[in-house]
This record gives sequence, C-alpha cells and structure tokens, in this order.
Amino acid sequence: MALDAKIPAGPLAEKWDRHRFELKMVNPANKRKYEVIVIGTGLAGGSAAASLAELGYNVKAFCIQDSPRRAHSIAAQGGINAAKNYPNDGDSIWRLFYDTVKGGDFRSREANVYRLAQVSNHIIDQCVAQGIPFAREYGGLLANRSFGGAQVSRTFYARGQTGQQLLLGAYSALSRQVAAGKVKLFVRRELLDVVIINGQARGIVVRDLISGALERYDAHAVVLCTGGYGNVFFLSTNAMTSNATAIYRAYKKGAFLANPCFTQIHPTCIPVHGTYQSKLTLMSESLRNDGRVWVPKKAGDKRAPGQIPESERDYFLEEKYPSFGNLVPRDVASRNAKEQCDQGKGVGETGLAVYLDFADAIKRDGKDVIENKYGNLFQMYEKITDENPYEAPMRIYPAVHYTMGGLWVDYNLMSTVDGLFVLGEANFSDHGANRLGASALMQGLADGYFVLPYTIGGYLAGAELPKISTDHPAFELSQQNVQSRISQLLSINGNRTVDDIQRHLGLIMWEYCGMSRNNEGLAKARVKVQQLREEFWKNARVPGSGTDFNQSLENAGRVADFLEFAELMIIDALARQESCGGHFNEAFQTEGHEARRDDKNFCHVAAWEYAGDGQDPRLHKEPLVFENVELSQRSYK
Amino acid sequence: MTKTISLTLKIWRQNGPGEKGRLETYPADDISTDMSFLEMLDVINEKLTLSGQNPIAFDHDCREGICGMCGAVVNGRAHGPEKGTTLCQLHMRHFKDGDTIVIEPWRARTFPVIKDLVVDRGAFDTIIQAGGFISVNTGGTPDANAIPVAHQAAEKAMDAAACIGCGACVAACPNASAMLFLGAKISHLGLLPQGRPEAARRALNMLQAMDHLGFGNCTNERECEAECPKEISIVNIARLNREFFKAAFFSDQT
Repeated sequence: MALDAKIPAGPLAEKWDRHRFELKMVNPANKRKYEVIVIGTGLAGGSAAASLAELGYNVKAFCIQDSPRRAHSIAAQGGINAAKNYPNDGDSIWRLFYDTVKGGDFRSREANVYRLAQVSNHIIDQCVAQGIPFAREYGGLLANRSFGGAQVSRTFYARGQTGQQLLLGAYSALSRQVAAGKVKLFVRRELLDVVIINGQARGIVVRDLISGALERYDAHAVVLCTGGYGNVFFLSTNAMTSNATAIYRAYKKGAFLANPCFTQIHPTCIPVHGTYQSKLTLMSESLRNDGRVWVPKKAGDKRAPGQIPESERDYFLEEKYPSFGNLVPRDVASRNAKEQCDQGKGVGETGLAVYLDFADAIKRDGKDVIENKYGNLFQMYEKITDENPYEAPMRIYPAVHYTMGGLWVDYNLMSTVDGLFVLGEANFSDHGANRLGASALMQGLADGYFVLPYTIGGYLAGAELPKISTDHPAFELSQQNVQSRISQLLSINGNRTVDDIQRHLGLIMWEYCGMSRNNEGLAKARVKVQQLREEFWKNARVPGSGTDFNQSLENAGRVADFLEFAELMIIDALARQESCGGHFNEAFQTEGHEARRDDKNFCHVAAWEYAGDGQDPRLHKEPLVFENVELSQRSYK
Repeated sequence: MTKTISLTLKIWRQNGPGEKGRLETYPADDISTDMSFLEMLDVINEKLTLSGQNPIAFDHDCREGICGMCGAVVNGRAHGPEKGTTLCQLHMRHFKDGDTIVIEPWRARTFPVIKDLVVDRGAFDTIIQAGGFISVNTGGTPDANAIPVAHQAAEKAMDAAACIGCGACVAACPNASAMLFLGAKISHLGLLPQGRPEAARRALNMLQAMDHLGFGNCTNERECEAECPKEISIVNIARLNREFFKAAFFSDQT
C-alpha cells in the first residue's frame, strides 16, 4: 500500500485555503444525521468534540478520567505559540513555520506545519473570546515571552498554568454542547478496541471503569485524541493513566504507526530520587529564560554550589551556543546535560543533575519579578525537593516528556483506516523529530478547533456509509477479543506486580532507547523486551475481578500493550540509521556531538504496518519533500 | 535529608456505592520521607497485591497537583495537613515516625463513594454545564487584542481560574457547599469583559444547578478556603453573591 499524504497542490501559503474550498461539504441540515465518536477530552479531543457539535454533528465524547477537565493537557505549563507578532520583533507565519520545521530537524511534513502556523493566530483569538485569562501588560494587551528554540517572543501564557487554562476553555465549550444535547459525555471509559466494518472505522468497544462492563458504540467516524505514550519509560512527566493502548489497538486494526522512536526528553525536570518514585515532574522550559545552566568545571567537584566560584563554573550551553544560549531546543539542551553528567560533572546525590541558577536574574530583576514570573514553579520545586530555589540553584535533569511519533495521518488527519482520524499528540504529524516548546498546545488546538471540523466533513460527504448497528458481527468479535484478553490477564496469577514489570520495562527503554542510542544496545533491548513480555504473561499478578472497579486490571492492560509497543519503538530506532532531533544514534554525530542527519536515505516518515503477532511489522516510507526550505545542519551556535 | 519512618494507616475500605464501609488498619514500615503521600499508598498496594489482598482504590492522575483527580481526607483534613497542597504533592517528610494516619474519602451526599477512596464528582461537571462557559462558537472571533483587559482584572480572573475542581472545598465544608467552586468559576468569567454579557444568566443557572444537586449553602465557615489546595479565596463567594443578587433583582433574567 502506497502512502498518500494527500497534500494539496499549489504554493505552500495557498494550500490550506485551496483545500478547504475543494473539500466536499456536508449540508448544514444533514450534519445532524452523522454520529462522531471522539476518544479523549484533552486539548485536541475537547476542542474537536465541541467544534463538531457546534457545527451540528452528534458527538459521543469519551474520557478515561472522572471528568473531561482532567486530561493531561492540563499539566502543560509554559505557553502556546502563535505568529501574532504583537511584540513587533519580526515574527510571521513563515518564521513560525520555519522554526518548527527546523526545530523538528526536517522530519515533519512541510504543508502540515505551514497550516499549523497559519491557524495559530486564530487559536489565540478563540481562546481569548472563551475567557482564557492570559497574562496581560498594564495597558491591557496580551503579554508574550520567548521560549526554547525561538529568537522571537511569540508565546502566550497564563502564569505557569497555560495548559490548564486552555483545557478549561475547551472543557467549557464542550460542557456547553453537553448542555445543548449535542455531545453525549461518557466518563471513566477506556477504549479497548476500534471496530472496523467494510474497511471503515465505525465504532468502538470501551470498558466502563466503574462497573467493568464492556460497551459498544457505533458512529460514522471515530476520532482518537488519546495523547502520547511516554509512560513506556515508566518514569516520565506524563500522567499515570497516559497510555498507548488506544493507538496500539488501532495499529493492530490496520492504522500505521509513524516514527514511534521519536520521543522527546525534556531538559528541565526534577531529578530522580528513589526507586519508589512514580513519576517525574517537569519544571517549565520558560525557566531557561532567566535561569542559567551550569556544572562545576572539575569532574567530581562535590562542593555546595555556593562554594564554587564563578571561575570554576562551566555555563556549558552559553559557551557552546552563544546565540541561543540557554534557549537551545530541548533535544540539544538534554543531550548536553547528559554529556556533562557522563563526564562526571553532574551534581547532587546521584550525580545525574545540572544546576539551573536564578541568582543573576534575582540580582538583576529583584526577587519580586522572578516570583511573579515563576512563583508556582519555585513553590512546586520546593514542595518536592525541600530546597528553596530562591537561595540555592535548582537541580534539574532531562526526563521523558512528549512523543512526536504516533499514528500516521494524511493532510486531513485521517489514518490509513478510512474514517479513523487522529489528533494531537496521538498522531505523528507536525513536530518531526523534536518538538519546540509551546508547540504542543498549539497543535492540539489547531487540530481540534480548526482542522478536523473541515476535513471530517470532506470524508463524511464523500464516503459510502451503510447503516450499521452495534449488533454487527464485527462488534461481537471485537468484544469477545477484548473479553478474552481481560480474562487472560486475570488468570496469570503470578508473583510479580504489574508496576514492577513496568518499572523494569522503563529501565530498559531509558537505557537503550532514551537520550542516546546505538545499534548494539537497541538489539540487546529488543531481546530484553521480548523476554520481559514473556515474563509478564507468565508471572504478573493482576488481583481482583473484571466486573468491578479494578485499577490493577486497567493498568495491566496498558502495560501489556506497552510491552509490545516498546519493541516497535526499538525496531523503528534500529531502522533509522541516522541521528535527527530526539533520535540520537551515537554512530551518527558531527564533531561537535550534534545529531547528523542522512537526508539522502532517511528523509522520510517511517510508517509501520502490523503484520500479525510474532511477525516483524512492515515498513512503509512516506518521502518528505521540502519545496520551501533548504535542509541544513541545525545550528544554534 | 532522606530518612525513613514507620506509620500506622487506618484506611477507609468500601467495596461499592451501596456497600457498608469500614476503617482497616495497615502498617506502613520504612517509608522514605522523600516519598509523596500517593507513592506511600503505591508501596502499600504493592504489598497488598503480593499478599493476595485487594489494593486500595484511590483516584490520581497527573501527580503534580494540577489535574484535580486525587484527594482524600487525611486525619480530618482534606488533602492532608499542608496548606495549599494536593494529596499528590504532600510529602511524607511532614509526618513523624510512629504517627497514625486516618485516610478517608471525600464525605458529601453529592459525591457518592465508588470504591474505597474513590468518589463520583460528576456533580461538578453538571454545575459547569449549567453555565460555566462563555457562549462563543469556534471561529469568527475578533483579534485577541481587540478587547483590552486590565492587568489587575486578568490577574484576579486567573486567581479564580486556578481552581482544579478537586472537591476539597465540598469535603471540608460542614454544609457540603460547592460555593467556592462556583464562586471561582463565576469570578473567573465575570471579571473579564468577554464574560459580562452572560453574567446574570450564568449566576442564576449555576446556583440553581448547585441547589438541585443537593449541595448546601455557604454559612461563612471558611473551611473551604483553608483547605483549598490552590488557595482560592472566599472573596470569590462574595463576588458570586453579588452577581446573584444583581441578577435576581436587577437583570431581565428570570
């Protein structure tokens, strides 16, 4: 099967307008005849469900938490990008587009990224109209700040809680449609299968997490907005329920998975401190606007930071990248921190941390200014570490944060399965091999508010969609498979907890498929993951029953999928014999230890097709054609 | 400095909504003081699982104090003893070796127990659906800078919008009132010019929904403010009352 990205013809800047004109449309009076299922209520899912309902479609929205307001988009701190150019510092749609393509190390699709930059401005307008309390200047206009990987201030923010506020905006729009009767809301439901009839996604099987009952829902199209798979590393900044199950189940039903090895390791997180630790906490990248990253010049220097004089400190990012300094993109900042620690210059008890120091900023701007900008982050840091960052520098270390890979989608955000759309972090589309700060919120809302509402109409208007019901044999079969898997999980009755196995999986992935990779390690990791998967099905212990509220069972299902998904990540990493963005293969680096791409052989999206259990997946390549930017070695020096 | 402590936990166990619950005692030995409260519960659950018992059900998700999913009453205090802290951000260094800790779910008629420490807070969603929004459709909105918003107004709106909808205010209130939750949303939207056109309707509808759902009224106990992990002020309740009176007496809304 040849991958057709369906990129519209014509000049880059006109593609989206032209495409919107050319798309078939559903008559306003006919929209109410269509049912759309939206899975997930984060920025992508919440905004999509609300916007589709406003247009007149009947929407069924599902979320895994007890309320749509809790999706993990809520945890995004720093901000959302847009090309408004309010500060008059030279920003434009073109610059946002270019920065994003370059930041992604030229592994994203030009047309998609350009569209993202185009709609970015509408997002801010929309959010302000909804009442998002963005930060304001004293004159009453919107404030902006700069963020990693950009030399302009294009980031809009609501203190350190931008994701929360944007999500609550989408949630309020969604709630309004629930009240209007256009959205039916299903909470505490987990998607366990996508039902495909005649090659079209026509429904889902979910588990009601309270009663344990399996439920079937049918629709004319299914939209997955189920977020990223960072928890395959066990320790990540993701929420505990963030998982790969929805996209992995879709993959097993024929949707291709693209670039799964592209994961983002965020440079500024609170370091790991114990084996019982359940998650890592991110400190917003915005801290790098004022904080200076450093380590002692001498390896093994165990003096307290205050005892180390200026001349014996190595501000390695400022030294190495004078024009971007502490604001280099995340992959670059993370790798450099790791490099310093590998040389024995790491600080703190474990030696796996670098300093992020605010002393100069406090001296320059005063404590009040810094507190106003970052107060909640400083407080969070102190709560967790019991140290006061106003007095001593923070200790930070990279942690898994975001996954650029995901289900392959075309320009319409449709996967390789007809009628199965994928939005937000769950798709692979706009960030290439590395995502820039403040771009995830932008993409989630772009997909949900401004892209899908048009493109889904094009699909529905053009597709033959015979009448079906949930009594269709495909639903029956799907439910049987889901049921037998649940029974299987409950019957293992071994001696190892699921958490313990997931922690083990995380260690394997972090060691061999994390910040830096090599072929030998990846090959080793693949065997280890296979062995661990075998161990899981022989020796995991999943207590309780399938017919009530059972969090152990929920998690066991997710870990079982992670154990398969992890292998796909490794296969993808092995197949990509180059370094790019967050995928750093040690064999491919420049003299300055930067990622060295191989544009001749790997300027493509790697889309993997499921080929059956125990079979190697089939690789399909979507060549990336750059007509408007010149591929160059990324330089932030 | 990391050290370990040993504790006695008395935890509410309840199999389902209609079932009778009881406090059960569990030892928690060698708990690192760097652990979060929920990580301590993880450790207990690992032990329960391996010894063939059912682990304790508790809600949690982001574990960084923003999603509002977690929460329990710890020694009589919603989210435990630390001010301005969710349960997931409460660390064991705030407890002493030998302490006994009683852990119960939110107690309110409007938040029925699902299992153990897990409750159903769907009533909060119902309140928001009654009017906790600004009625704009996607698209067709004016330029974001077309409506200036005074810095102070935006800051106050943000103070109120910081609510995470965890339900601690209801759990802490002797009347199980949701006025702080409501006040926060009414203030957030009402302080902004975009929210004014619907302010009267919003106040009337949301309060009516709250009453219908069975939440109590506010009698100025201020327990909600004391326990709110985001330190939402009861000034927001005063603002809610003003909006309500204005709407009831002077608006053309009925």
